Amino acid sequence: MASKAPISFLNRTGLIKSNEYLLPTAWRPYSHFPPTRRRRLLQQSRHKCLSIGRRTFSTTPWRGLADIDDSFDPRQQDRESDEVDVCIVGGGPAGLSAAIRLKQIANEAGNEDFRVLLLEKAGELGAHIVSGNVIEPSAVNELLPDWNNPDNPSRFENVTAATHDKMRFLTKNSSIPIPAPPQMNNKGNYIISLNQFCKWLGERAEEVGVEVYPGFAASEVLYDSTDGSVKGVATNDLGISRSGKPKASFERGMEFNARVTLFAEGCHGSLTKQVIKKFDLRRDSQPQTYGLGLKEVWEVKPEKFKPGEIVHTMGYPLPSSTYGGGWLYHFGDNLVSLGLVVGLDYPNPWLSPYGEFQKMKHHPIYKSVIEGGKCISYGARALNEGGFQSIPKCAFPGGALIGDTAGFLNVPKIKGTHTAMRSGMLAAEATYSALTANPDSGTVFLFEYEDALRSSSIWSELKQVRNMRPSFHSRLGLYGGIMYSGLEAYLFRGKTPWTLKHKEPGDHAATKLASQCPKIDYPKPDGQISFDILTSVSRTGTNHEEDQPVHLQVQDWDKHKDDQWPKYQGIENRFCPAGVYEYVEDGAKQFGVKFQINAQNCIHCKTCDIKAPAQDINWQTPQGGEGPKYFMT
Amino acid sequence: MPTPLKILVPIKRVIDYAVKPRVNKARTAVETQGVKHSMNPFDELSIEAAVQMRERKNPPVDDILALSAGPAKCVDVLRTAMAMGADRSIHVEIPDAGQGQAELEPLGVAKLLATVVAEEGRNLVILGKQSIDDDSNQTGQMLAGLLGWGQATQASKIEFDDGDRVSVTREVDGGVDTVRFPLPGVITTDLRLNEPRYASLPNIMKAKKKKLEKKSLSDYGVDEGRRLKTLKVEEPPPRKGGGKVDDVDGMIAKLKELGAI
Repeated sequence: MASKAPISFLNRTGLIKSNEYLLPTAWRPYSHFPPTRRRRLLQQSRHKCLSIGRRTFSTTPWRGLADIDDSFDPRQQDRESDEVDVCIVGGGPAGLSAAIRLKQIANEAGNEDFRVLLLEKAGELGAHIVSGNVIEPSAVNELLPDWNNPDNPSRFENVTAATHDKMRFLTKNSSIPIPAPPQMNNKGNYIISLNQFCKWLGERAEEVGVEVYPGFAASEVLYDSTDGSVKGVATNDLGISRSGKPKASFERGMEFNARVTLFAEGCHGSLTKQVIKKFDLRRDSQPQTYGLGLKEVWEVKPEKFKPGEIVHTMGYPLPSSTYGGGWLYHFGDNLVSLGLVVGLDYPNPWLSPYGEFQKMKHHPIYKSVIEGGKCISYGARALNEGGFQSIPKCAFPGGALIGDTAGFLNVPKIKGTHTAMRSGMLAAEATYSALTANPDSGTVFLFEYEDALRSSSIWSELKQVRNMRPSFHSRLGLYGGIMYSGLEAYLFRGKTPWTLKHKEPGDHAATKLASQCPKIDYPKPDGQISFDILTSVSRTGTNHEEDQPVHLQVQDWDKHKDDQWPKYQGIENRFCPAGVYEYVEDGAKQFGVKFQINAQNCIHCKTCDIKAPAQDINWQTPQGGEGPKYFMT
Repeated sequence: MPTPLKILVPIKRVIDYAVKPRVNKARTAVETQGVKHSMNPFDELSIEAAVQMRERKNPPVDDILALSAGPAKCVDVLRTAMAMGADRSIHVEIPDAGQGQAELEPLGVAKLLATVVAEEGRNLVILGKQSIDDDSNQTGQMLAGLLGWGQATQASKIEFDDGDRVSVTREVDGGVDTVRFPLPGVITTDLRLNEPRYASLPNIMKAKKKKLEKKSLSDYGVDEGRRLKTLKVEEPPPRKGGGKVDDVDGMIAKLKELGAI
């Protein structure tokens, strides 16, 4: 796999150009031979070079030019493998709902041995979950009817009933009330911490017999060699050093073979990206568009606390060419969740979503609430804004996509949890009936899931609001969007014959050159209301083993910098909400800067994979158990 | 023929080292609700040391017993310990009576461990030198005192010789110090001892089948009487900015101004 290529070693020999090992398999020399024979053929050709006296940089004896992965080291070992009935990748609301529903159906049918296995890359369930969150309880009421019942000792306790909604349009110093569209009425909904909710769902999952393994990241999709269907996933090898060599603590990953694999990785999942490409799941749909949500949780003074109040804002600080909006929810015990979503199709490379968020907090409507309080948590995550037009084909041979990884978020409602959970439940039902209908091993295709989606509330809901987000793409920007969305909300309600399109090929292409856009200067953080990025990152609790391959894969750091710096002047440094990418001053390099990736700070938001203008940053999962350890997000 | 080792490894479930700790509302303890917990990093070193001893085979290791005393969630760290190589474990359940109250003090832990050692016939106890939440650095030493055994704390190297004696190189303030004592004994681990292995997924799955006994404090007849009372817990004062001086003379002047010299 390209991700583990000991690139430096290959470059040293001078024989192989830096790009060659990252080319698709078909272009590698002798690719039609099986691996062992290929290795010997390459060895022979290498020996020929030695014998004609060709110089190499390395003076150590030639050890054999093996496959991309490794030479003759422990990574050649076979992986341990296990058979399960269904494997679910990702322990968020969709994955957990699917797992619980599967075991519920299996237990009811008396099939107690039905194995459902759930892999989650975070060290514990919920640790990588960050969301607003005002949940519409429709899906969880169906899944676990007494989730909120006071008589239930294991009910989910940390809910705050939504009381009233406010919508405001902000200018620098004032806020103008605007009518909230009827979809955004939150009567009957609850403000929760989705992080806590997923922990609770995890406990319910274990109760019904789901095998939950947090701390293990599925890093590879396994394909059947005969028909190319998905036959499972494998977790990544642990204990590999930064240069790609195995360390003393090396542990081989494990394979899970399952007849159905459900991908519930959340927005822009790394394995989902591969699966979508392989099965061309976006052939009949628009590209997905995204937003980046940044969130903080504050403990505020009791006199400022209004439990259940929900405020949504638009306008300041974002320019009219950029979609986005802020929120402020009062919940729990004197706690406030506030944040900003910035549409990632923003054109100005000087814009920093993190900087805008810090600016926003100084606006009186936010400052008046959080002043004197304490910030206890910070997190950020990309979210889907494509809606109806961007839903891909969700079923493929051997598995399906559920939840945000497919993209069921309702943008005007700003809710995706109920649709994610519902899609998980529908997939579970389809999976169980497909497996019991074909008990002998044959490739499973979840036709029933695709049908169920189309006849469910997810489809009708998303179809109704499909034109609201794309209406912001016009030259009227924010104002055109608000006006059209108002029409849609009150008048049309989605019953128009037209469907507006998103901009092809995606958010990354919307970025203009740095020279074409006005530079934005962000005010220095004051340490009371606004904070510098590293202080915020420390509140995420994120950490990664330093001595491991950089999981944000950029082929050639210098080439990337030479290509991107002149055009965008360090856009990566601005769009990353965790300060991972840096252009450090270095007089010795071209353009006077050096590109640096501080992978340890990563909070797994996936923005870089989405927004990098040349799409040359590939987010792969690092070792399991690492990444943020969110609290109350 | 060296005596086979029966090792006891007590472990503690603490707030994960990467999480930023906060003081709770009542200012009596650190907030633990909803915060990520994991095994104390020094205890990971002890488990690794025990497993490496078994791999070295000289002296042979009969049994590695992991033990944890705490609320119900402690089973998670015990499963991780068994996934790393412990053979079986005991969970002494101490119901979560509320923040700060649930924890045993080091003396209570030492008394509990002394009883377990006698009951399970252990001849070597490996503990972490301290836990990262209270940083007491007392349990190992108190345990050795209660048992009347030899002790080697802050171990950075452990070696056995044929005569049932163990040589331990210890990290001390001035450098290293090597002690040798006959078994049975108590060793506490320090950072340089080893690098703990990852608990691989196949091992975690196998660990589910290993034995985990549930006991309570009364089973061991230990009183958990607390002798210490926490009056208050405060966050450290926010860091004040530094000042810049131009040269050495400026620094001396500044230090004189502050009354430091």
